Amino acid sequence: MYQIRVHGRGGQGVVTAAELIAIAAFYDGKVSQAFPFFGVERTGAPIESYARIDDKFIRTREQVHAPDILIVQDSTLLGVTDVARGTSKKTIAIVNSAKEKDKLNIDLPKENIFVIDATKIALDKIGKNIVNTTILGAFARATGLVSLNSLKLAIKEKFKEKGDKIINKNIEAVEVAYKSSAEL
Amino acid sequence: MKINITAKPGSTRNNKTGGWRTFKPKTDLDKCISCGTCAKVCPEGCIEMKKIAKYEQLKPKTDYNYCKGCGVCAAECPVKAIVMELDKK
Amino acid sequence: MNNKNQQILEGSRAIALTINNIGPAVISAYPITPQTHIVEDLAKFKADGDADYEYARAESEFAAASIVEGASAAGARVYTATSSQGLLLMAEVLFNIAGMRLPIVVTCANRGVSAPITIWNDQQDAMTIRDAGWIQMFAENHQEAVDQHIMAYKIAEQTNLPVMVNIDGFVLTHSYEPVIIPTRAQIKKYLPDYKPKKGQYLDPANPVTLGAFARPQHYMEIRQDLHNDLMSSLNLINKEYIKYRKTIKTMKSDIGCPMSDFGAENNGLVEYYGPKKPKIILVAMGSVIGTIKEVADKTKGVGALKIKTYRPFPEDAIFNILKKAKYVAVLDKSISLGHIGPLASDIKSAMQGKIKAKIQSFIVGLGGRDITKEMIGGIVREVKKGDGGVKFIGK
Repeated sequence: MYQIRVHGRGGQGVVTAAELIAIAAFYDGKVSQAFPFFGVERTGAPIESYARIDDKFIRTREQVHAPDILIVQDSTLLGVTDVARGTSKKTIAIVNSAKEKDKLNIDLPKENIFVIDATKIALDKIGKNIVNTTILGAFARATGLVSLNSLKLAIKEKFKEKGDKIINKNIEAVEVAYKSSAEL
Repeated sequence: MKINITAKPGSTRNNKTGGWRTFKPKTDLDKCISCGTCAKVCPEGCIEMKKIAKYEQLKPKTDYNYCKGCGVCAAECPVKAIVMELDKK
Repeated sequence: MNNKNQQILEGSRAIALTINNIGPAVISAYPITPQTHIVEDLAKFKADGDADYEYARAESEFAAASIVEGASAAGARVYTATSSQGLLLMAEVLFNIAGMRLPIVVTCANRGVSAPITIWNDQQDAMTIRDAGWIQMFAENHQEAVDQHIMAYKIAEQTNLPVMVNIDGFVLTHSYEPVIIPTRAQIKKYLPDYKPKKGQYLDPANPVTLGAFARPQHYMEIRQDLHNDLMSSLNLINKEYIKYRKTIKTMKSDIGCPMSDFGAENNGLVEYYGPKKPKIILVAMGSVIGTIKEVADKTKGVGALKIKTYRPFPEDAIFNILKKAKYVAVLDKSISLGHIGPLASDIKSAMQGKIKAKIQSFIVGLGGRDITKEMIGGIVREVKKGDGGVKFIGK
């Protein structure tokens, strides 16, 4: 079982990110689960959400305390909340930042940290600093846990009420992030 | 009763909201006419008109610990002396 | 690998789709976190032209409950949902609904109760109306919630007893997982259209009075009647569970439970998971059972007992399981302040003199506190020291 924890701020689509991971993994034929850290989701407040991917039905309901993968949508959280809690030397972190990974305040082996300037891509392609879809492009490439195709399908399903224009912008952002990221 | 369940005034200051920002206001003090509009409209109250060396009149000083980057100051500035720049973080 | 009928859905959406497929005639609700997504979805289905029911917007939970009460009294199949303070505001109407013998189904998205104000999950809200005369079911996962709603209508309409399906707020309402939603045609095979019996609803052609004044020489017998019917519904609930599972083949809602279906260890009232001869049994209701099962897999001699039907209280079904244990730990997500956990209290009184096991009450997960495997491991260690009091496990 893979356990994923997403950190971000209210308004950045943290909850949606975990849901998209679960939907994409389901389309890949795996069993998945996603849920938020039931915050009072006001803009700016630190938020967490969780996803799990497995081959059999996931019974546990506890929050993700020992993540295999960390997604950090806002690097200013690194000094504010204990983002790295429960991580091991194997935990992979995908961080949205314009900085070099050496300059990030996160206690993980450098080779496990993937940095992507998702804010820049999101502002460029979507026009708003909502980085959840963008950073998942990097997540898909770095971890291989969900396929790019399923991720796009998940975005289409989740955003179908928002219309084609928004779907296409998000898919474009995902593709840019996917291409500019490295495989593990 | 062991737990004090009342909140004291002023405690919201403990929560520094500057990290919420995507865009950061940058003020050109030479262009600024010291009208004080930015300080009045800031919803966080984090712009203060202050005496700053070299200038005779009071000039705005933004407290970036609390500025959420909403951009109201830049929108309201009558001489467009405030620009919103992407905050590198 | 996923079954082709499975979808990945938010728990609230799964319930809303199921309710739409069941096809009530009237829905009325007032939004409250964490129930909101359910009624928003139902309102949206109606606005989009995908639903046949009347959706009556209400100005409060009291009004919503009263609207469905009136519609049900007029012979319609109805639905409403609420949480926490909303359920408390409905309380007066809920007692009336049971007393008037109206077959209403309500979803309670369980949430803690103020003060201090909390929007997060525990089961204190449902416990406040356990004595109201309703059948109360608790679901562990999305599939079980979906299945219980369909069964709820069948049971309610046969017994003229209202049913409340409890789902843990956020943990189930706001989570995504695979689920199968039975189609309208599948449901219709199990649950026929609702036709209230003549003389049991408000009909100008056949006038009756519902909820009339009862003087001391009648009130007691009427209440006793309600109690007797609730008690005898235990058999029916179990029968309907078997019928449901044979008619509508969804996923096993007790996914991962190797015990045979329809026996003492897995039926419409309870589900036991664990070794044949357990030393310790942990008893709980709702979503926390999933986490307990994970702990039971890794801890020798530990079993998990899930209470699916809490009211009427399935005393015999619980006895059949607990008689095997030396220690019983009851995990409540609520507390009868000044006493112990409500489920623990019920089990202690029902098992008195019947089993030798020590029964210990543990309070967990109040106001959304995460219940971790470590906490449950701690309870397994702690139960042997049981002093009969109540223990709060917060970390």
